[in-house]
Amino acid sequence: MANSLLNDPEILRELIMDHYQYPHNHKLTEDESYASVHMASDSCIDDITVQSKIRDGVIEDIRFDGVACTISTASTSMMTDLLKGKKVEEAKDIIGNYFGMIDAKEYDPDVLEEAVAFKNVYRQANRIKCATIGWKAISQMIEESEKDA
Amino acid sequence: MFDVEKIRQDFPMLVKQPELIYFDNGATTLKPQCVIDAVTSFYTEHTSNVHRGDYAIAATNDRLYDGTRKIFAKLINSDPLEIAFVHNVTAALNQIAYGIGEELREGDVILLTKAEHASNLLPWFRLAREKNLKIEYIETDSQANISVESFRKAMHEKVKAVSIAQVTNVLGSIQPVKEIAAIAHQYGAYVIVDAAQSVPHMKVDVKELDCDFLGFSAHKMCGPDGVGILYGKKELLEKLSPIFMGGDMNARFSSDTNMILKNAPIRFEAGTPNIEGVIGAGAAAEYLMSIGLDNIHEYERKLRAYFIEKMKKLDNIELYNPDNIYGPVAFNGKGVFAQDAAGWLASKDIAVRSGNHCAKILHEIIGTDQTIRASLYFYNTKEEVDRFVEAAADISLENAVGIFF
Repeated sequence: MANSLLNDPEILRELIMDHYQYPHNHKLTEDESYASVHMASDSCIDDITVQSKIRDGVIEDIRFDGVACTISTASTSMMTDLLKGKKVEEAKDIIGNYFGMIDAKEYDPDVLEEAVAFKNVYRQANRIKCATIGWKAISQMIEESEKDA
Repeated sequence: MFDVEKIRQDFPMLVKQPELIYFDNGATTLKPQCVIDAVTSFYTEHTSNVHRGDYAIAATNDRLYDGTRKIFAKLINSDPLEIAFVHNVTAALNQIAYGIGEELREGDVILLTKAEHASNLLPWFRLAREKNLKIEYIETDSQANISVESFRKAMHEKVKAVSIAQVTNVLGSIQPVKEIAAIAHQYGAYVIVDAAQSVPHMKVDVKELDCDFLGFSAHKMCGPDGVGILYGKKELLEKLSPIFMGGDMNARFSSDTNMILKNAPIRFEAGTPNIEGVIGAGAAAEYLMSIGLDNIHEYERKLRAYFIEKMKKLDNIELYNPDNIYGPVAFNGKGVFAQDAAGWLASKDIAVRSGNHCAKILHEIIGTDQTIRASLYFYNTKEEVDRFVEAAADISLENAVGIFF
């Protein structure tokens, strides 16, 4: 892997804790040009809203807020960092690799950067929902944006 | 003589999983061999439907199935014909709300508490929305206990039904059902008891409580899944309209849509019931009575007191029901999301439940949406509590995230 620090479990653990305690892009906007997805029905617990602004094939902005566990919060926070500013095609490749990792299939760790912190989640089947909640939200919004286009 | 080590030998799960600390008994309970045998023998030795066959095995099952009413009648001190078998306590409460709903008119009030499980809220909420009824809540203290005075204040002429858990499912608050029933009856209101968390753990006497309806689930008292017990006073059950129409519950019907239904309790058992489940539930009730509900209650009360005293000493733990004397211990690790802490406990072979436990308006009483619920049963031990508390002392964000590496 390009960045060997991302092989160190201590560092990965710190990353998750840090994104949980100080989540990035953690503020919703009133701007109506944003698409919005509320993810609350999948489980009893997590309740998050993800917003995005996708224009001309580029994800210009992603934001989120809500009540959720460390895995949901940190994985969504990292997702916003990773996909913000990306072209939709690039984003789809990253998302595909992320879901590959979560499903314990082949994936390219380099494109996932910090999000490789969730590489072991597949071992705790009940937490897969947590690690994918924000990623599913952005996937939905990308799909919608492509329908509109 | 209550011997927990001997009791544990009755439970194959405990024998086969010696490392497991099962503190999720509020969700469901483990099954003793006698219950498993009662269920499997139905499949291996005497399979048939009930109330329909003219052969010996069918007659055996009629006897076993209907005979189980007597066992439950003994358990809660009712008449056997006041015991109907439904799918779970949720089905029982839905049936009661549906039946009573026919009598209610716009502006009538249903009295509940904010500590109720969804199964004792949503059937009433739906009814309220359909018939323009009003839902009101009895005031409780910060650990969800109703006092007789607060109930008296909540009660008035418009209240037609009071529906409460005898023991609440998150905080284990024991409600004064007998006193509540006496007051409610002065106003002519029905009293409905969700006994899901009480009947498995203590002696419940419906005559003494004088409640009108009561429901509980077999699986929370060492019995199989898919069996609920609906108790109603005989004259009230006879008036109650069944939710489900179908086989067995009707006496006769004709092409002009006329129908004559059977009397209670069969009227509430449309279609082929969970026969093996009911027989297994009867075995579970007999098993609990052989140990003694008073012995079970006393043992759990002492074990819970030992547990909560140890938990009180942990600086990293916030407790939500330290003063309640019974039921689950509801807590959080400070600064740790409940599900994350439950994940840490799971990594130590400890089974608990985290989240809102289907009591989704309880947060209006305790101020949090998320708790960990550690719920005991009579097969749990002090040694398990010790191991649990050791693991709870280590609940931290670092450890909770650490399980993924």
